[in-house]
Amino acid sequence: MKDELVFERPSVMTDRGMHYCPGCHHGVAHRLVAECLVEMGLVEKTIAVSAIGCSVFLYNYISVDTVEAPHGRAPAVATGVKRARPDAFVFTYQGDGDLASIGLAEIMHCANRGERLTVVFVNNTVYGMTGGQMAPTTLIGQKTTTCPGGRCQDREGGPMNMAEIIAGLGGTVYSTRVALDSVKHIVQAKKAIKKAFTIQEQDLGFGFVELLATCPTNWRMTPLQANERIAKEMIPVFPLGVFRDATGEGGGK
Amino acid sequence: MSEKRMFIKGNEAIAYGALAAGLRCYFGYPITPQNDIPEFLSKALPDAGGEFVQAESEVASANMLLGAAACGVRAMTTSSSPGISLMQEAISYMAGSELPGVIVNMNRGGPGLGDIGPSQGDYFQSTKGGGHGDYRLLVLSPSTCQEAYDLIIAAFDLAFKYRNPVLVLGDAILGQMKEPVTTWKPEPVSPAEGGDWRLDGASGRPKRLLKSLFLDEGELAGQNLRLDAKYKSMQAEVRFEAYQTEDAELVVVAHGSIGRIAKSAVRSLRAAGEKVGLFRPITLYPFPTQALAELAAQGKRFLTIEHNMGQMVEDVRLAVRFHADSGFHGLLPGNMPTPDEIEAPIRSALSR
Ligand SMILES: Cc1ncc(C[n+]2csc(CCOP(=O)(O)OP(=O)(O)O)c2C)c(N)n1
Ligand code: SF4
Repeated sequence: MKDELVFERPSVMTDRGMHYCPGCHHGVAHRLVAECLVEMGLVEKTIAVSAIGCSVFLYNYISVDTVEAPHGRAPAVATGVKRARPDAFVFTYQGDGDLASIGLAEIMHCANRGERLTVVFVNNTVYGMTGGQMAPTTLIGQKTTTCPGGRCQDREGGPMNMAEIIAGLGGTVYSTRVALDSVKHIVQAKKAIKKAFTIQEQDLGFGFVELLATCPTNWRMTPLQANERIAKEMIPVFPLGVFRDATGEGGGK
Repeated sequence: MSEKRMFIKGNEAIAYGALAAGLRCYFGYPITPQNDIPEFLSKALPDAGGEFVQAESEVASANMLLGAAACGVRAMTTSSSPGISLMQEAISYMAGSELPGVIVNMNRGGPGLGDIGPSQGDYFQSTKGGGHGDYRLLVLSPSTCQEAYDLIIAAFDLAFKYRNPVLVLGDAILGQMKEPVTTWKPEPVSPAEGGDWRLDGASGRPKRLLKSLFLDEGELAGQNLRLDAKYKSMQAEVRFEAYQTEDAELVVVAHGSIGRIAKSAVRSLRAAGEKVGLFRPITLYPFPTQALAELAAQGKRFLTIEHNMGQMVEDVRLAVRFHADSGFHGLLPGNMPTPDEIEAPIRSALSR
């Protein structure tokens, strides 16, 4: 019997073992980004901007030209990159603490200017790398190390829906939220990333893809429980869908 | 080299100089007294085929600079004191990632909101780091509009030579005064500048990575040692002006606008027969320590004059310490001192 290869590593990914915790979706998100880069023939013209958080080591797993940004500033760094090299394919990969808290100004203005680049936003409702503190996306009632009694609307405010916020800004061409908790959702997520990448390739404006992802370690859950939490607790607060699609292909407002 | 004589402000001299040096990307946020620079470049740079972005903040400006620098293009941001404070994180990252970029600080008075008048209160911030960690910037201090033009061109060359941010430190006097400037065009920048490290998409070569994170055991130590060797090698760039120091008994040490005003005071004291000279550091980092030490070894006395409460004087004292000390006269910020105001403290130092 001849062996048939049915599943392999995208060529742009290294064979280095990932440092992410078991059940963490950063690995899945990396793979989707890598597959899109390869399938769209973008690898050799890509400049990635890696952000602060568990995913800072993006460059250890995806072999493209990369610059590291200070915490929250990836959209500003990416703006500088794209302005300096308009022919490059530029994306940032940011967590929720990075993008929705310290870097809120940078992401909003980058979207509003309609920078020709793509932001991949991994929302796991917590600061992973620093040990599970409250994030702007932490759910009401969710316990973290800095809201041990559970996040309280009156005290800490509510979770911020970034895909909807970004959709409201003039330079945004595409803003969507997808999830990584099931095969069906992962297939949708890949389509969304591809579409956002295509929008950059067509020089149309800013593209934003929010990925609902797990952090089993800081959620104090098994990988399976964490996966289930996405459908049970996160999607009701962070609905999946397209919140803006100015390509005229429908699906958004 | 096509030369042209123009009557322009210091701020404009910086903008013209940057264009002549091959500026491709400018990022900035409004703050007095440097607004002439972004205002001028918002038209002139796109006209020259470059990119101008008014950023949402100085934090963003400096990070845009970081991104453009990572691509190996000539990029600049300009600001004034509180804005420069906001840029310090990115500047530290640029130093850590070894990225070239030019930052101009038209220093105004502080701390805090202070005032918008001239000051040299940012000397420590400029020369001792400013941001976190073990790093150095090349720091240039022009004293005339012509020197501003010349040094901004040098700043880009130095930034790429050392793969390091270069800070040009001026003040409201330099930025706002108008003088004749002879503009000149340096050799055009090679499109291959930053060739072996710049990011442009890994076509036909292995990927490149520009970062300042070094977590593995001993890795950061190695990086800091390498950076330190680089900072030491910058000694080759020391620049200063020594005016009538040969036979001087007293050497006045002053930089930037104050150095220039002090020169007028020294000139008139010389005319009155006083044995006084001027030492004007042009590179504030690397500081011209050796040259000052040599003057000290000749038995001269020193008086440091600054537009602050005493900052550069610490570097002067370190330089001369084996043979001498330095007196200090601090000019209060907020206005432009006249040569007369500077003459008085020099006279009293001479009579001591
Ligand atoms: C200026 C600054 N402040 C704080 C930190 C510390 N820090 C590192 S990672 C992080 C949180 C990252 O969380 P998130 O963006 O949600 O990413 P995750 O780790 O969950 O993937 C923080 C606060 C820093 N590196 N820099
Ligand atoms: S801490 Fe959370 S986000 Fe970070 S690697 Fe572990 S599971 Fe993933």
